[in-house]
Amino acid sequence: MSDEMNDREAFEEAAFARSNTLVQITEADDQIGDSVRERGIAYGVDYNNHYNFDKYPFKARYKEGDLDATRTVMWSGPGCHQSCGIIFYTDKDGRLVKTEGDPNNPYTAGRLCMRCLELPQMVNNPRRLTHPVKRVGERGEGKWERISWDEAYDMIIENVHRIQRDYGPESIVSMIGTGRNVSQAIAHNQYANFGGADLTLCFLSGDSCMLPRTALCYVIMGNQWVSDFSQFRSKRYELDPEYEIPEVAVIWGTNPMINNSDAFQGHWIIEAMKRGTKVITIDPQLTWIGARSEKWLRVRPGTDAALALGFMNVIINEDLYDHEFVEKWTYGFEALAERVQEYPPSKVAEITWIPEEEIVAAARMYAAAKPATIHWGLAVDMSKNGVITAHALACLVGITGNIDVPGGNVLIDQAASLEFGYNSGIWELEGTNMVENRLGVKRYPLKQYGFTASSQADSILQAVETEQPHPVKMLWIESANPIANMGQDAPRLYRALKTLDFVVVEDLFITPTAVAFADLVLPCAMSPERDCLRVWFDPLRTLTKACSDYGECKSDETIMIELGHRIHPEAWPEHVVDDRSYMNWRLERDGVVDEDGSPMTMETVEEKYHGMWYHHYNYRKYEKGMLRPDGQVGFMTPTGRYELYCTLFASFGDDPLPYYQEPPTSPVSTPELAEKYPLILTTGKRSYEFFHSEWRQPETISRQIHPDPMFDIHPDTAAEYGIADGEWVWIENQMGKMRQRARLNPSLDPRVVSTEHGWWFPEQEPAEPSLFGVFDCNPNNLIPQCENGSNGYGAPIKCGMCTVYKCTPENSKPEDQPSYQVCTTGYTHGQTHTTDKPSFYDGWTPDYEPEGFFDIDEYWKTHERMAPNPIDLDDPAAHKYRY
Amino acid sequence: MSDIKGEYGLFIDYEYCSGCNACLTACKMEHNMPESDFGIRIFQDGPCQSSDGSWHYDYLPMPTDLCDLCADRVAAGKLPTCVHHCQNAAMVYGKVEDLAARAKAAQKDKIVIYVR
Repeated sequence: MSDEMNDREAFEEAAFARSNTLVQITEADDQIGDSVRERGIAYGVDYNNHYNFDKYPFKARYKEGDLDATRTVMWSGPGCHQSCGIIFYTDKDGRLVKTEGDPNNPYTAGRLCMRCLELPQMVNNPRRLTHPVKRVGERGEGKWERISWDEAYDMIIENVHRIQRDYGPESIVSMIGTGRNVSQAIAHNQYANFGGADLTLCFLSGDSCMLPRTALCYVIMGNQWVSDFSQFRSKRYELDPEYEIPEVAVIWGTNPMINNSDAFQGHWIIEAMKRGTKVITIDPQLTWIGARSEKWLRVRPGTDAALALGFMNVIINEDLYDHEFVEKWTYGFEALAERVQEYPPSKVAEITWIPEEEIVAAARMYAAAKPATIHWGLAVDMSKNGVITAHALACLVGITGNIDVPGGNVLIDQAASLEFGYNSGIWELEGTNMVENRLGVKRYPLKQYGFTASSQADSILQAVETEQPHPVKMLWIESANPIANMGQDAPRLYRALKTLDFVVVEDLFITPTAVAFADLVLPCAMSPERDCLRVWFDPLRTLTKACSDYGECKSDETIMIELGHRIHPEAWPEHVVDDRSYMNWRLERDGVVDEDGSPMTMETVEEKYHGMWYHHYNYRKYEKGMLRPDGQVGFMTPTGRYELYCTLFASFGDDPLPYYQEPPTSPVSTPELAEKYPLILTTGKRSYEFFHSEWRQPETISRQIHPDPMFDIHPDTAAEYGIADGEWVWIENQMGKMRQRARLNPSLDPRVVSTEHGWWFPEQEPAEPSLFGVFDCNPNNLIPQCENGSNGYGAPIKCGMCTVYKCTPENSKPEDQPSYQVCTTGYTHGQTHTTDKPSFYDGWTPDYEPEGFFDIDEYWKTHERMAPNPIDLDDPAAHKYRY
Repeated sequence: MSDIKGEYGLFIDYEYCSGCNACLTACKMEHNMPESDFGIRIFQDGPCQSSDGSWHYDYLPMPTDLCDLCADRVAAGKLPTCVHHCQNAAMVYGKVEDLAARAKAAQKDKIVIYVR
C-alpha cells in the first residue's frame, strides 16, 4: 500500500478537493429549474400534458383558495430515498389537507408516487405518537406513561452520564434505518451529545445497502459512480446540449420503477426509453421494465459476480473493450484479462442458470453501445461477497470506457461540499481515537484503510452479546425498526437487545422495536413539519416547513439541538435553536457560498434558486484534473488510475481481482442441506405501496390495497407442494420460519421463491407475545447475522435456502406463530440453533449438531406458556387484515 | 368539461403504465373517497409467457363509474389528478377527437381512449 493512501490526511484533502470541483458556478440559468416552465411540458415528452402554470406559481409559498400552498421537496420521514417536488396544501390551522406533484420541479416534473399522494393519511394518522412516553411496565408489555420533553431530556442526560461514567462513551451506539433525512442528525447527535463514534445502519448485516458498492468504488476509483439520466442538471435529456441518451441501459439487481433507490428515480429510465434507450434487465423474476427490455437474463440469486465475469470474458476475448480508455486510464487490465479466462460463458451459464447464448448476446450488446450505462441495485450488496460483486461490475463498466461520460456511469459527490451525512459533526471527536476504534473497523482492513462511514453492524451485535471488545450499554434508535425490517436473524436481535441498559427510540409511531426494547420513546416530526437541507447528490435542495407542529412532535434536528444545549452546551452555538438556524449555521460553518461569494443560506436557496440549487456538473473529470488534490489528471487512487486490479486489496492480502464465490448455503455449496431446503430463498421484493416497514397502518390506501404479505412462487412448484394461489404458506429453513401468502408467478425459475419484507401489523396487539405480529411474516427469521465477506461488507440476504408447506389449522395454532414463539422463548420453530456462533452457517453438514440445539417442545415442558394472542383461524373477517 | 357524454376522455399509452397506483391514489385523495371507492383502478396482465416464448407484463388503468374526469379541478384550470401525477406521463386528458388524432399520430400500439 502506498504511503499516500495510508495517510488519512491525504485522504481527507482529496475528499475536500473532489467536492470543490463541484462548486464551480456557471450561468444562473443552470441553477434553477426553469426548463420545465419554459417548455410548459414535463421533460419535453411528446405525449405529456401541459400543466397550467398560472395555477402553479414559481414561489415557495402561495395561496390557493382557502388553502396555503408550500412548494418544496419531500424527504422522510416517512418516505424513501428520493426528494420529489411536492406541493403541500395546508388549512388555516396548518394541518396537511392534500399534496400535489410540483410541475416546476425538474427532478420529477409534476409527478408524484402513491405514498406522497396519500401522505395526509400518515401525517394525520390516529395511531401517530404525539408526545414523549416512558416505559412503566416491563419491556414488551407496551405500557407507557406520558411525560414532558423536559422530563425526557432529563432521563436521557441522567442515563448518558451514568453510562459514560461507568463504561465510557464508546458503550453508547446510535442507529438509523436506511440512509434518509436522519443521517445528519443521528451522526451529529452521537458525536456532539454522547461523545461516541459508533453508528450504523441498524443491524443490517454486512452494512449491505449501498455501502459495499460505495466502499468498492472509493478504493478503485476514489469516488463513486451512478447511472446518468441527466439528473444532475436542471435541463434534462435533449435540453442539455452535453447530455447523451444511453444507447443501452443495463438494470442489474433492482426494480427501479418501484424502489427508486439511492437518489435515483426509476421513471427516468422510461423517459430515456421513449427517446430510444434499449434495456437489458438482470433479475431473477420478470419485472415490468424487464418485459420492456431487449433482453431479460434470469439470474440465480447470489451469482451476479459470475455473470459480470462471464460478460468480461466475452468482451475481452472478442476484443470488444474500449482500448483507449483501458490503456490511458485503467490499471491491471492484463491481470483481469487472465482472470476472466476462468469464467467462460459455458461455465457461467452453469453457475447463473442463464443460457450461454443469452450471456454472450447481452455482453455483445452492452459492449457495442456508446454510451451505455449500468444501473445497479441492492442485489449487488446482498451477497456475502457484495464488495467483490461490485468490483466485477465496476471492472465491466471500466473496460467499456463508460466512466464519467454523458449517459454512462458518472462520478458524483455530495452537493456544495457540505458534509451532511454520517460525518456530520465529526469534528467533535477530533483529537480522540474514537473513530478508528469504531466497532468492527480494526477487524477489517477495507474499513480501516479504505472506506468507512460507520461501524460494522454485526460487530455491534457481537459487542452487545459478548461485551467484546467492550460493552454496549445504550442504544439510540432513530427511525429504525430492526426486528421488523433492518436486522437479520430477528430472533437473535430480540434476545440481544433485551439485555441492554438503556434504549431510546425516536420514531413516528410506536413500533414493535419500541415495545420490545425502549425505555423512552420520542415522537418525531414528519417531513412537512421540518425545515431541512438535502445534499445527497446534486442539486442542493431545501425542505421548507409547511405544516404547524403536530402534537408535541419535534424534528430530529430540534431534538438534537435541545438535548445538545442541555447535555453538551459547548458544542452548540447559542443562536442555533431550531431547524432553520441549524441549517444556516451548517452552511456557514462548512463555508458554502453563493456565486457572488456571499454566504449561502436556506432562504437564498428557497428564493433565488427555487429550492433546487444546481451546480454545473462536469463530465470526464479525470481528464480535467478534477478528481485529485494535486490537480493531476486521473483518479484518486494509489496508481492514479481506475483500478481493475485493486492495489489496496493486494496490500492487505485480499484477492486484488474480482472472482465468484458460491453463497454460503446453496445447492452447490451445501447439497445435503439442499435436500431438506431445496428452494432458493430471495427476499425483499418491493411493492409500490410500502417503503420498508413504513405505511403498514390500515388507515392508508397502501395497506388497504395490499393488506397481506405475499411471496412469489412458480405455479409448477406450488402445485408440487400442494399450494394454491393466495394460500398462507410456511416458509422455513435451518434458522427459522415465517408465513406469507402465495402469489403464483411463472416468470420465476421453479427453484426460486421471492418474499416480501418489512411486515408488521399496527392493528394487532402491541404487547408481547404478539408484538404487532412482527416475527410472523419476517424473512429475517431465516437469514443469519455475522456471515460477512472477508472485508466485513456484504451478507447473504437475498440468496438463502428454504422449503415451503401450506399453513393448516394443525400447524398454525397460536403457539405455532413465530411472534409468540420468539416472545416466549427467544426462537422460532421447533429445532433451531441456540448458539450464536457464526460457524453455524458455514459449518453445516448433515451430521452437524450445533451446541445446545433448541427444542421448543422440550422447552415448554418445563416452562409456563404465556397466554397466546387470540387468532381465530375460522373467521378471518373478525380481525381485518389479520391472519 | 361539459355535461354532454362523449366529448372528453382520457388517452392512456399503457405501454408505459407501470402499475404504480399514483392515479388510483391521487383520485381517492382528491375526491376524499372511502376505502371501498375508486375512481380509477388498475388491471394487471402477467407476468406470463406465450407459446412463442415471448414474455408479457402489462397494466391497464380503467376509470370507474365514479370518475367525473375531475370536473372541479378542470373547471379551476388544472389537469385531472390522475393525469397530473402519472409517473410515466402515460395519460392525457382532452377532447375525444384530439385524443383520437393523437393516437393516430403516435403510430404505435397499446393505446386506449376512455370516453366519459
